[in-house]
Order: sequence, then structure tokens, then C-alpha cells
Amino acid sequence: MKRSTLWAWVTFIIGASYFFIPLIATMEFSLRMRRGEYSFDAYRVVFSDDRFQATFGYSVVVAIFTILLGVLIVVPTAYWIRLRMPYLRPVVEFITLLPLIIPAIVVVFGYIRMYGSSSPLPFLATARGTDVLLVIGYSMLALPYMYRAVDTGLRTIDVRTLTEAAQILGAGWTTIIARIILPNVLIAVLSGAFLTFAIVLGEFTMASLLNRPAFGPYLQNIGANRAYEPAALAIIAFVITWGCMSVIQVLSRFAPQSANRPN
Amino acid sequence: MGGSSAAHLPKVEPMSQAIHSPAAEAEQAPRMKPRGARLPLQWLGVAPFFIFALMFLILPTMYLVVGAFQNNAGEYTLENIYELFQPSILAAYWISIRISLASAVVGALAGFALALAIVRGGLPGWVRSTTMTFSGVASNFAGVPLAFAFLATLGRLGLVTVILKEVLGFNIYSTGFNILSFWGLTLTYLYFQIPLMVVIITPAIDGLKKEWGEAAATLGATGMQYWRMVAIPVLWPSFLGTVILLFANAFGAIATAYALTGSSLNIVPILLYAQIRGDVLHNPHLGYALAFGMIVVTGLANIFYIWFRVRSERWLK
Repeated sequence: MKRSTLWAWVTFIIGASYFFIPLIATMEFSLRMRRGEYSFDAYRVVFSDDRFQATFGYSVVVAIFTILLGVLIVVPTAYWIRLRMPYLRPVVEFITLLPLIIPAIVVVFGYIRMYGSSSPLPFLATARGTDVLLVIGYSMLALPYMYRAVDTGLRTIDVRTLTEAAQILGAGWTTIIARIILPNVLIAVLSGAFLTFAIVLGEFTMASLLNRPAFGPYLQNIGANRAYEPAALAIIAFVITWGCMSVIQVLSRFAPQSANRPN
Repeated sequence: MGGSSAAHLPKVEPMSQAIHSPAAEAEQAPRMKPRGARLPLQWLGVAPFFIFALMFLILPTMYLVVGAFQNNAGEYTLENIYELFQPSILAAYWISIRISLASAVVGALAGFALALAIVRGGLPGWVRSTTMTFSGVASNFAGVPLAFAFLATLGRLGLVTVILKEVLGFNIYSTGFNILSFWGLTLTYLYFQIPLMVVIITPAIDGLKKEWGEAAATLGATGMQYWRMVAIPVLWPSFLGTVILLFANAFGAIATAYALTGSSLNIVPILLYAQIRGDVLHNPHLGYALAFGMIVVTGLANIFYIWFRVRSERWLK
């Protein structure tokens, strides 16, 4: 073995052990619930817990609405910027980066102060209103990822020609976006969607401060009160994250690779 | 649809001829609309985005920023900003900055070494693809579950702690290590910092052109000289930029720390969390100032990041 390969192997193995030891340790810990032998008891307890089912379901629904809202905001905007208002691109890109600059805890603090029950827009007065605010907050958190995914997707198609062809055939804007543009960037949108799903599902800060029964606060609560279940939940969360990322990778294989950009 | 457009077509011709009749003008209005009202219509396309960003991102943040410069009576003051400099709050900022910086620098160095190993180390192809996939997963595996994983590993009953104690007779907790401490949290943050570095820096290392190495070799440079005088200067801005991004990433994070330490570690996001929940500082406007301070730190970090990225893109195209 060459010397140059040796250091690479050593680096890789040290790195791999840092990343795998916690996973192995967590797995082992999650199996230790029954004294003296390994068992899946912790997983059984977790899956049969009503609160697990309720909070997990709640977070899945919130994630789906977040993705829908994100697509509704991002796809027409990114399309319009590409087609008609390229001079606005720097502004829009800067705004989509803001959620990386402003921590989520600050954003939600602002919501609590601005949209309280005595404000002109009392989102927080009702539980349903708070759910809506949570979905909006998550769509803001996901904005940088969603926008980048969609914009990359738009780069690979000829937006202008497609639009003109659709217009000649008599399509209106809604038809163009929903039936021409969206299907063409569907793979990019789906990548953004799964990343959003992975981020939203276990999110703690916003859900906890808005007092919503989401999966993140549930995880935190279990962590503070139980011994073996948290390890099982960590493994479950890791598997979900892994699943989302694998889907994105599979999707990227179907994405159009050629970039013809007339604009 | 075909029928309706055929029925519509003949109408257009007479309309352009009888352009002065008021009835025709009224009919012509919808046709003219796109032309005459192009400007506002054009803005209509991006209006939802800007309204959402304004209402749910910019205004809520501005509300806090303005509140940071007001007192309870609504008068403008710098008092809240002064109060940030009291020892307990300063200590919170200091430990937050130290943890973020330590995890960013160590994470960047380790991530860089790993990226270098998979790109330039002559390892088989599957090593690279596996590492990249895993990095994508691990950089998103943060928050509460990550804290659980590290408690199960290095907590008092964690696997590594127990193995070290029983097999090697070495109790890491007797050395003063604690997963609920500065180094414990830093070690945990590295789990998402290193992969993030790998994801960002690998394309930059890929961007090092082969010709540069060949040119350097032709001119008689050793491998060491190539790295010191060509590769490192080219990669330096991306490296520094990513360090700053990692810093901001760790600085705003709360879920991992909160799940790991409860409120025993006094970092800024946890202090702010407690303030939002129960006004522990006994001054709502001091809470705004705390949030403002966080934006200033992450904002500054990002300005540097963008600056470094612009510099690095000159070379890595």
C-alpha cells in the first residue's frame, strides 16, 4: 500500500468510527430495556405509546402542509423571477438566505409578540390559528432549501420556450405553472420536499414555544423522563432521516442533467 | 376548447376596424390590459413571496430589533443593550461563542481531512459515495435525537463510558469530562458539523484543477510546496467561509443542547428559550435585546461568509 493511500485510510477509519460508534452505542442501549438480554421492548413501548402516534401523526400532517405551502410560494416566484424579473434575483436570493441568518428561536419569538391574541392578526388566539402559524414558520425555515432546489430544477429546463409554447396553445398562468412548469421541475420539488420533511419532523424550538403537540417536544419530554425509549427514538429518527436522504438521492438520478439555459 | 377559440377569432377582426365605437372600446379593454397594466401585473407574480417574507420573517424580526431599543414605556433607549453586558448574560454569550467556535474549527479541520482523504487519497470509489451519502444524512441528524445518541454513548451509563471503565479501567468521568459540559456539547455538535463541512468543501477540493498540480510539478515544486503555495491559498477562502457558516449553524442551535443538558448549560439560545417561556430576566425588552444580539452575531458571521465565498468563487469555477 502506498503511503499516500495509507493516511487516507487512517483518516477515513477514524472518521467512520466517530460516526458509527454513537450509532452502535445507541442501538445497543435501545435493546437493553429487558434486564440481562437484548430485546426490542423499548421499540414496542414507543410504538404502542398513544402520544408517540399522536405527535408523530401531527408532525407528519404539519410537514405535508409545510411542503404544500412551500411549493405554492416558491415555484411561482422562482419561475417568475427566471422568466420576467431576473433583476430581482439577488433580492429574492438574499431573502431566502435570511432563515439561515435569523435563528428559528428569534423568528418564533417575533411571532409570539406580533401575532398574540390581542394583535390585529391573532393567529395565537386559537389552536387552529397556531397550527397555521407553525406551518408558516416551518415553510420559512425550509425556504433556503426549497428555493435552491426549485431554482436548480428550473435551470435545467427552457422556461421561456415552454411558456411561449403554452401561451400559443391558449394556456393561462395557472395552467402554465401547474401543468407545464411544475411537472418539469417535479423531481427538484420532491428533493426539496423530502429535505423539508426531514427538517420539520423532529423540529423542537418552534413547536415547543408555540405549545403544539408535535414530535420534537414529545421527544424532548421522553428524553427527560425515560431511560431506554430515547435511544430507540433516536434510532427511529435516524432511520427516517436516512430514508428521506436516500429518496432524494434516488430522485437525483432521474433529474435531467443537461443544462440548456437560454436566459 | 377548440370550438370556443374558433368562435372567438372572427370577433377580433371587426373590433380593430371599428376602433372608435364605444362598445368596441369596452370590448377592447381586456385585450389591452396586459399591455397597459404590465408593471403591476408583473409584480403580482412575486407579491405572495414578498408578502410572506415580510409578514413572517422580516417584520417579526424587526419587531424584536426595535423592541431591543425601547423601554417598557415605549421610549427609545440603549439601556437594554447596556444590560446585555451584565456578567451572567455576557457569560452566556461567551460560552455560546466558544462552543460554536470550537465545534466550527474542529469540525472544519476534521471535515477537511476527511474530504481530502476521499477525494485525493486514492481510496476506492465506494468510499467516496458512501461518505457523501452518510454526510448528507448526518448533517441533517441534529436536534433532540442526536442528544439521545450521545447520552447513550458517552453518558454516565453510555456504551463507550462503560466499556472504557470495565475493559480498560479508565473512567472518563474521573478526568472531569462530562457530556453535559463544554467539551461534551462540542463533541456532540461535531456530529453534524463535520458532515456539513464534507458536503460543502468536497466540491471545492474537486475544483482544484489538475493542471495546477502539473504546472507546479513541471516547475519543480514538491508536493509540500504545491499545497503550501497553490492549493491552500486557493482553498483558504472556502475553508474560512465554511468555518463561519458552521459557527452560525452551531450558534443558533438549541434543541440538541436543551435535550442534552436541560437548562444546566447557560448558552444564549437556552437563556432566550427560558426568557420566552417565563421572562426569567424580568424585563421583556431585555429579551428582545438578547434576540437582537443573536442576530448581530449570526448576521456578522454570514457577512464574512458571503465575503469569503465571493473571493473563493474567483478561482473555483
